[in-house]
Amino acid sequence: MSAGGQAVVAAKAGAIIEARGVVKSFGQTPALRGATLSVSRGEILAVMGPSGSGKSTLLHCLAGILVPDEGEVWFAGSRLDTRSEADRSALRGGRFGFVFQSGQLVPELTAEENVAMPLLWSGTRRGPALAQARQWLGRLGLDGLERRRSGELSGGQAQRVALARGLVARPDIIFADEPTGSLDSVSGEHVMNLLTDTARQEGTTVILVTHEARVAAYAPRQVIVRDGTVSTLTGVSP
Amino acid sequence: MTLLGLLEREPSHGYDLKRDYDAYFGHGKPLSFGQLYATLARLDRDGKAIAGPAEPGGGPDRKRYVITGAGATDVERWLSEPAPPEPGLHSVLFTKVLLAVMLGRPADRFLDIQRAAHLQRMHELTELKRSDNMADVLLADHGLYHLEADLRWIDHTAARLDQLAQAVRR
Repeated sequence: MSAGGQAVVAAKAGAIIEARGVVKSFGQTPALRGATLSVSRGEILAVMGPSGSGKSTLLHCLAGILVPDEGEVWFAGSRLDTRSEADRSALRGGRFGFVFQSGQLVPELTAEENVAMPLLWSGTRRGPALAQARQWLGRLGLDGLERRRSGELSGGQAQRVALARGLVARPDIIFADEPTGSLDSVSGEHVMNLLTDTARQEGTTVILVTHEARVAAYAPRQVIVRDGTVSTLTGVSP
Repeated sequence: MTLLGLLEREPSHGYDLKRDYDAYFGHGKPLSFGQLYATLARLDRDGKAIAGPAEPGGGPDRKRYVITGAGATDVERWLSEPAPPEPGLHSVLFTKVLLAVMLGRPADRFLDIQRAAHLQRMHELTELKRSDNMADVLLADHGLYHLEADLRWIDHTAARLDQLAQAVRR
């Protein structure tokens, strides 16, 4: 990291995903001004930064939800940002999992149907998809809640359902954007323990966007996004 | 005061006090027997605890200590008072930032280094919370919340370094 915070996080052997000089603006407002970041396979990384720093935009560019104006995004050794929307969408369905702040469960569906969604999208038949969903609900301590709809779940339970949905397709990477943001501290802790424990067991890479230091502290390495660029904080050689 | 509190729980031999102190309050820094018996002698001298007669077996370990009424009153008073809000760490951080700004040094870099050190410690404490021992978990939480408060101050200060520089530079 240079003195001015215009950081370059060097690409490393074993990197599963990288942003290289990513620039992204919304209209006249720049969100990312050359963000560079490399994340190793199986790593749990926290991306910190104040509101409006560009950290969620960085996550969306890495996940192929947004396409950078300039720069490159690489996933598993090949360019991601130049692929078609259909290709990127297929990746998001299969190899990426997502957990957002408010869970974003489909209210009309039961917990098990919500969890099964990524499998159904990728062509798994309904019966096996629901069976796998129930396994994940059990693994996250949600036995007995399979048929409940999101309105019948507590905030912490709903977020664990969202976590199960993020994990059910056994993705390479989980993108978690403020995953404890709407939870009390004890429920948030429970969700973070489950997320990090499961990721370690499964070898899943986790990119965790948060403005909370206590949440970021679950990750061995943290980076900070400031004014649209990425600065390393811990654990990585410059 | 911790040893006196342990004595209020039950009359104890020195060895038992040390064992309980190390288990619950030592946090990797066991109490030396020298500290232990010096404290017990002072409590005895000040009338807060009474040493019983040496029991068969000999050695200083064989005295049983009992808290007195005055000792129990001290424990009661101590537990009803708030702990002084500790300004120690904050003042070190503050002094370094202020001096860096006064001397025209890169205070933002110091704050980044401190932020990294805090996050590293917070990660270590978060790992400690995987323990099954609830006392260890809550102790780690105590550290985490304090470090988090420091970090908020660091962020707050980092955003105001220019104003600070204007205020203190000559």
